[in-house]
Amino acid sequence: METTIAKTATAEKVKEAIAPKTLTGSQAVLEACIAEGVDTIFGYPGGAIMPIYDALYDYKEKLEHILVRHEQGGIHAGQGYARSSGRVGVVFATSGPGATNLVTGLADAMIDSTPLVCITGQVFAHLLGTDAFQETDVINITMPVTKWNYQITDAEEIPSILAKAFYLARSGRPGPVLIDISKNAQLQQFNYQGYTACNHIRSYRPKPVIRKEYIDEAVALINNAKKPLVIFGQGVILGKAEKEFKKFIEKSGMPAAWTILGLSALPTDHPQNVGMVGMHGNYGPNVLTNECDVLIAIGMRFDDRVTGRLDKYAKQAKIIHLDIDPSEIDKNVKATVGVWGDCKETLPLLTLGIEQKDRSEWLAVFADYSKQEYEQCIQPEMYPSTEDMTMAEVIRNVNEITQGNAIMVTDVGQHQMVTCRYAKFNDTRSNVTSGGLGTMGFGLPAAIGAKFGAQNRTVIAVIGDGGFQMTLQELGTIMQTGIDVKIMILNNQFLGMVRQWQDLFNDKRYSFVDIASPNYVMLAKSYGIEGAKVEHRKDLVNAVKTMLAHKGSYLLEVMVGKENNVFPMVPQGCSVSEIRLK
Amino acid sequence: MYHNTDKQEFTITVYTENQVGLLNRIAIIFSRRKINVESLNTSPSEVPGIHRFTIVVEESRDVVLKVVRQIEKQVEVLKAYFNTNDEIVWQELALYKVLSEEITEKVKVERLLREFGARAVAIRKDFIVFETTGHREETNKLMKALEPYGLVEFVRSARVAIIKESAGFHEKLKDFEEREPGEEVIENEYLGKREAVFTM
Repeated sequence: METTIAKTATAEKVKEAIAPKTLTGSQAVLEACIAEGVDTIFGYPGGAIMPIYDALYDYKEKLEHILVRHEQGGIHAGQGYARSSGRVGVVFATSGPGATNLVTGLADAMIDSTPLVCITGQVFAHLLGTDAFQETDVINITMPVTKWNYQITDAEEIPSILAKAFYLARSGRPGPVLIDISKNAQLQQFNYQGYTACNHIRSYRPKPVIRKEYIDEAVALINNAKKPLVIFGQGVILGKAEKEFKKFIEKSGMPAAWTILGLSALPTDHPQNVGMVGMHGNYGPNVLTNECDVLIAIGMRFDDRVTGRLDKYAKQAKIIHLDIDPSEIDKNVKATVGVWGDCKETLPLLTLGIEQKDRSEWLAVFADYSKQEYEQCIQPEMYPSTEDMTMAEVIRNVNEITQGNAIMVTDVGQHQMVTCRYAKFNDTRSNVTSGGLGTMGFGLPAAIGAKFGAQNRTVIAVIGDGGFQMTLQELGTIMQTGIDVKIMILNNQFLGMVRQWQDLFNDKRYSFVDIASPNYVMLAKSYGIEGAKVEHRKDLVNAVKTMLAHKGSYLLEVMVGKENNVFPMVPQGCSVSEIRLK
Repeated sequence: MYHNTDKQEFTITVYTENQVGLLNRIAIIFSRRKINVESLNTSPSEVPGIHRFTIVVEESRDVVLKVVRQIEKQVEVLKAYFNTNDEIVWQELALYKVLSEEITEKVKVERLLREFGARAVAIRKDFIVFETTGHREETNKLMKALEPYGLVEFVRSARVAIIKESAGFHEKLKDFEEREPGEEVIENEYLGKREAVFTM
């Protein structure tokens, strides 16, 4: 008798194990997140995503959900998380306004190739197209700003579509993916067959097989080059190819300059790191772009802010362009040799072929330009003789304490250019900024996300007084989560970059750039965040020390010169060799 | 920097998965660059499950090349090609509605229709609908010729085109359909041949 019972029990257990589980669509969404190794979700609930949030209630131990204060904050946090961690950022939002608030972040992630999976709730399938409450056609709205998007109206599709979403977000050239799930699909019970990760889509080629002839051609060009210049972008970081990249440039002895998103892939003090290219880049790499004989572009896309006037850009040079996205090759600058592929694979092949070279003479030319720039621009900015503080000296003070070990998150504008120019970096994934889209308001939420993505690192958000006021509601997220983010507001009482352009190109007609600020320290205090304001140079060092030593988040407002301009500068429409030092 | 002079007619052929919204994804690649689509046709291809877009635009080769690469970058796009008119065989279908009394009374109209090889597809007491297929100039010519004789309605379909040099792609398409693409499907020859690959 007893054995029969035991047998029956075992049989039932086996049956249970074999039989597919019944799950709701919502549960399947969360199971997919767990299976993909997601640990943090940034989100904001609402009517159409309530079933997912209801399911999340039971998944609290496995998935940390960060309640943001605005969906834009949520998606920028997801971006910050992805950038600091190298994993896919996950964002939840509801339908209608929740979904439309994601658009800026999607566009930002699209242009900066940031892997994101955004899940939006949608009205019941039978209400689609009826102008239902909080209904918006999010699929069509987000089509140009997503790598892929899809609407699910049947829960059966959830596991496979989410698998596809994560795969697409992170593979090839990464990007944002949005999955819109109607409320009925979230509620629907279905036979859950388990989760299978996706690693192939027949119409999608994340990366090609490397073709040897292009490697050979590129190697020959590099070996014959007298004055080669490497310009690297975020592709090196996204491809997790920092080591391969370092080996490549070290063997060939070539100078290497970075784009704003390539920053931190190579340590600042590497002897071959010659600085930033582009509008506010360094003197040497900009001028010498038009003097090099071979330009090796790695994981960068020749943005107009990098190239300046295109018909006068590196015309003398042979161009080798390494990119994982074939539509980037020849898009803006015609490549002599296009090396299509993942630079994690192409760089070692190039390294194998190139000759060991000493190019100290060529590097000395960069050093010479660097010296001129230092004397005319950098020194006066870093060690100003003016009474007003400069942004550069603030960053110098930060460098002296962090020694280049912090993650620097910036917003958009003058402070961004100054931070990228002067901050010191030892490690990759330490520079989080909105490069392509130039999204003001990115800084604060991205810093929160960056900290969640790299919890054992110091995260410093450098933000202007303009950008901070765009997303300052996320102080609430800091308050509630207790996350440790150091916020530095560099306050020049202006929308500084626009003011700079009005100064230089619009006869100082300062049209609506004079922006007032609240009492930031009081504001922070009301959110339970410690803070201080520095107005005099003598207090700066200690204030920065206090901020960095403080346990928990801290807001430091530094009053800097009102009308300082960022130089050098390649004025819009000018060639990179027409860079101005003042 | 608008070079009107080097614009010419290109026919873009896109092989895709059959998915909702893909038409829009492809369309916005043109509208984003403010390119007017002259004609667009979607149809099944010779391989079950794979759809074929035929898009006609008037643009410079350089722009079309970039657009085609961006189309091919879309997740559900298998392959995209672009061709000039001499590289393809194409047809467009046109329908003409003409009042019956004009046709029956005027011998000249009958001769015209015969000359253009038009076919009657509907004959009613009050009107007759004719159909021709051909190049745009041909269908246009008949439209112009019929105008004086009470052409009531005229409509022309999008272009459908066959690429002359496309031997072999059929096999590749079947490949996509039948199995996971092997390495030989993952090609990047066009980095060397540039646009040649797109024109096959």
